[in-house]
Amino acid sequence: MADKQMDEQHYKKIRKKRDPGRPVLRNCVRAFLAGGTICLIGQAIQEAFIHWFDFDKQAAGNPTVAVLIIISVFFTSIGVYDKFGQWAGAGSAVPVTGFANALSSSALEYRSQGLVLGVGGHMFKLAGSVIVFGTVAAFFIAIIHWVLGLLGIGGGS
Amino acid sequence: MQYLWAFLIGGGICIIGQLLFDVVRLTPAHTMSTLVVTGAIIGGINDWYDKFIEFAGAGASVPIVSFGNALVQGALMELERDGWIGIITGIFEITSAGVSSAIIFSFLAAVFFRPKG
Repeated sequence: MADKQMDEQHYKKIRKKRDPGRPVLRNCVRAFLAGGTICLIGQAIQEAFIHWFDFDKQAAGNPTVAVLIIISVFFTSIGVYDKFGQWAGAGSAVPVTGFANALSSSALEYRSQGLVLGVGGHMFKLAGSVIVFGTVAAFFIAIIHWVLGLLGIGGGS
Repeated sequence: MQYLWAFLIGGGICIIGQLLFDVVRLTPAHTMSTLVVTGAIIGGINDWYDKFIEFAGAGASVPIVSFGNALVQGALMELERDGWIGIITGIFEITSAGVSSAIIFSFLAAVFFRPKG
């Protein structure tokens, strides 16, 4: 216990000394530019699906996401997305491309442990929490809608 | 015009993510989970998130926030159609394209590429 406390104090002291403070403004500008650009590309893909493949605006969202994911997995595979991520911070992580990057980088990283234990077992190592918390939240929100619907308040969606 | 909004709103959501990283000091996993749950909550109130997408286009549908919204919309869609069982059967209705393609292409990438960088 005492050891642990010492370690923690020591760690805090070192961290304080070494931590130059994060350049929040610079990071935000980069995140804005990178994230905005990815959404801009997404918009262009979406418009392409609407104009050339006769999707309506609502239905075009799904293939757009799929195309962005393919692009992101490709750039992760050749090692570009992670370098981009170091520059862009949240700008590369928040768009759906960041989700695909989390999956594919885990898959690539653990490839050496085999397809089943490595790729299969570790693919969701980073991105799993997004799916778990998203699903659980969606479940409870839908339950609330269901109960409100039964009570005749608001109801439906 | 739609392009401008996509850029500004999408970038804006990423700034929120960056602030959660840098100022609130959440880990990336905590940040993403927070954003997804936020999207689910906004999507559950009067379809607010769908209205937001109507306005901001890909600026709202590309960030991971919309994943939470899509989970809720799928559940609500099937809840309306099939009753209570739809809550379970519908959650991945809309997000299937995203989740499936991410799994499939990540797997293929792991098979055909060697890790770099």
